[in-house]
Amino acid sequence: MFDVIIIGAGVSGCAIARELSRKKAGILVLERAEDVCCGTSKANSAIVHAGYDAKHGTLMAKLNVQGSRMMPQLARDLDIHYQVNGSLVVMMSPEDRPALVALYENGIQNGVEGLRILEREELRAMEPNISDDAVAALYAPTGAIICPFGLTFALAENAAKNGVQFQFDRQVTGLNRLEDHWEVITPQQTYAAKVVVNAAGVYSDEIHNMAAPDKMTIKPRRGDYFLLDKTTRGFVKNTVFQLPGKLGKGVLVAPTVHGNTIVGPTAIDLEDKDGTATTREGLEDVRAKCGIAVKGLPLNQTITSFAGLRAHEARHEFFIGEAAPGFVDCAAIESPGLSSAPAIGVMVADIVTNILHLEDNPRFDGTRKGILDPKTLSREEYAALIRENPAYGKVICRCETITEGEILDAIRRVPGARSLDGVKRRTRAGMGRCQGGFCSPRVMEILSRELGIPMSQVTKSGGNSRLILGTNKDSL
Amino acid sequence: MTEYDLVIIGGGPAGLAAAVAARKAGLESILILERDNELGGILNQCIHNGFGLHTFREELTGPEYAGRFREQVQELRIPYKLNTMVLDLAADKTVTAMNGEDGLFCLHPKAVVLAMGCRERPRGALNIPGYRPAGIYTAGTAQRLVNMEGYLPGRNVVILGSGDIGLIMARRMTLEGAKVHVVAELMPYSGGLKRNIVQCLDDYGIPLKLSHTVVDIQGKERVEGVTLARVENGKPVPGTEEHYPCDTLLLSCGLIPENELSRGAGVEINPVTNGPLVSDTLETSIPGVFAAGNVLHVHDLVDYVSQEAAAAGENAARYIRSGGTGTGRAVPVRCDGGVRYTVPASVRLSDLDPEQTVTVRFRVGNVYQNKRILVYAGDAPIYRRKARVLAPGEMETLGLKAKDLLEHPEAEQILVTLEDA
Repeated sequence: MFDVIIIGAGVSGCAIARELSRKKAGILVLERAEDVCCGTSKANSAIVHAGYDAKHGTLMAKLNVQGSRMMPQLARDLDIHYQVNGSLVVMMSPEDRPALVALYENGIQNGVEGLRILEREELRAMEPNISDDAVAALYAPTGAIICPFGLTFALAENAAKNGVQFQFDRQVTGLNRLEDHWEVITPQQTYAAKVVVNAAGVYSDEIHNMAAPDKMTIKPRRGDYFLLDKTTRGFVKNTVFQLPGKLGKGVLVAPTVHGNTIVGPTAIDLEDKDGTATTREGLEDVRAKCGIAVKGLPLNQTITSFAGLRAHEARHEFFIGEAAPGFVDCAAIESPGLSSAPAIGVMVADIVTNILHLEDNPRFDGTRKGILDPKTLSREEYAALIRENPAYGKVICRCETITEGEILDAIRRVPGARSLDGVKRRTRAGMGRCQGGFCSPRVMEILSRELGIPMSQVTKSGGNSRLILGTNKDSL
Repeated sequence: MTEYDLVIIGGGPAGLAAAVAARKAGLESILILERDNELGGILNQCIHNGFGLHTFREELTGPEYAGRFREQVQELRIPYKLNTMVLDLAADKTVTAMNGEDGLFCLHPKAVVLAMGCRERPRGALNIPGYRPAGIYTAGTAQRLVNMEGYLPGRNVVILGSGDIGLIMARRMTLEGAKVHVVAELMPYSGGLKRNIVQCLDDYGIPLKLSHTVVDIQGKERVEGVTLARVENGKPVPGTEEHYPCDTLLLSCGLIPENELSRGAGVEINPVTNGPLVSDTLETSIPGVFAAGNVLHVHDLVDYVSQEAAAAGENAARYIRSGGTGTGRAVPVRCDGGVRYTVPASVRLSDLDPEQTVTVRFRVGNVYQNKRILVYAGDAPIYRRKARVLAPGEMETLGLKAKDLLEHPEAEQILVTLEDA
């Protein structure tokens, strides 16, 4: 019997797991995908919202501001790529000023620090590539960017370090309330837990509806994005949003912590909870809108386009709380879910702690070191590292200069990479301008060797995503 | 770390030919840096024949062709380092590289030949909508898996793009037991060589659909199908969609010269070729830094890569011997009339030897018939040649007599253009 089973290894589930690992408890995270960070957490804008947008008085607003404030320390403790770059909400038409002022006032009420309205000249001085038509902007100096994979992996690894277990490829198909605990059913195995936490992202309605008396409906809301080459580094310094107004809602243009530029998202409501296909219309929509607030965006530098799903519920609010005895929802976590994750973790862990009367875990260690990036070392240190471990002298991904040493580290961690995408999200191998053209066969070989599986079993992202379907002439 | 006069970045066909030519021109101190675990570059995975007709007057496979140059490099005792990644090239020609044996090291050569080759344009850069499952490969990645490792990446294949690697892979996948259903090409003409269309598609009954593209990819985990549509004016035409069940999509949609190191050093890049702007000595905007092969512009035949790189190697040797670049005025070479670019982009007229030939290579931007290729020095025509067919997939080469150019020392420009025959 586990004290707690957390359903879902996205950023919310992992943040909850890590916070709960401060307590003495047997904790299991069940994930339907093959790895941590495979749903909403992997495909989003990669930003930490300052917290001016969410409506004052909502749980969303409270957790966003708290999460944003917690993020710098968390990034230091867990060695996460995070950068406070500031954010701008750009107003394109003078008649939209009341909306800009309302946003400013909402932010002040939410307790966001440092908010200011910048007029044309100051705005232009701060962001030279801002549109000539931009009139003014709300500036939030605490807006930040983060690696969403890095955050989620860091939380998961730190949770694992403190005793949390993870099991993958486990889709929860049923929940039964027994006298004093829950039965958690997966096709492979049935588990027992005193408390179940629902952090199932776009599926959090299905899990909720298995346990709670009331019904919830999550509508996946798709967002399409472009990611631009690092040649665009510095195109904008701040995350640039467009104030919803006369010209519609617009899309954001932001730097990433790795030096790319991200552009998007759309907001397209779907029925399919795995419907992450981009569409021509979606990409065209981003293309049409991205040039409104900035000028000269080099979209011809696109290295990939992708889509992610937000777990949207009609009331546009986070649902966090005990929805049935011993069943705790962390549901409908859409934007600003990534920004709120640290605060969500604390809130849900507190609820669970109160239910189970958990004691502190005296051996909790809240620090974690990320995968060593040799590029951050001095030349002498780098040379010494290669002498000690020649795998760090062997470049596998040429575009991002990722060495075999880093890939081996990614595979050997707990929870470690088991697929091409798992390696990619942990190390960035395959995330550069050639998108894995050169390194994929080499990473596949390393995975095959390290995991002790034949090449035909190496997958892109688990399940049936096998990369090799046979050998030459095997059908002739 | 031992220093070298000439460092060649890349041990593929261009790098090897440059090294051999530089040594034959009398240069002793040469080092080749290669990121892979053997010399030969991408030729090692090109196991089909058709290489070397111009250079060796016989049909060789890619590995055989590379082998000829590898043997010369070994006979001439030209040193090389394998598994060595160049991390940075500085404007002062400092080369920073690393490998597992030497660790991180710097070299300070007098001259550099850029011979890094090119990479394939990936799916992401093509903005093909749909899912992002396993089973989408660039043709070159599939070629490596099949030809070097013996793995079949898929059994039912659709190919987008009719570049030469895609055409070659249509045949290869068929020979290895896969079914190649169709090759779709966005443009109204193929990007590959005519001989490859005949030998790799026609001979195997594989249809080539011109003016078609992939508008959707189905399959959440592994590719399950793609949708093709006809294209007019760059846009898919609604109602022309055709569904192809398949497990694999290969992409052969263009090659991009790998100039990240060149850009880092500050080498000026031609936006048309994505390769360095070079003079007639194949010297880039940085004196002593030369470029050749697919890093300079994408070639159709490796024989031309070898020729070009040999010239770059000889010129690098001359640069080292004479201690610098000539000081003659650089006359720009411009293009018009359907010529997309020229290599070189300039000629130093006063440095030319009257007996030499200046080689100009170019590609056209569309299919042309019954044209005349004309070159003007200033207003004076100095070269003309009939061309029955010109196609974007084929590179054209002209030999201009230096003597003819030198008759127009005041020419403001050299113009390469097409006129109706």
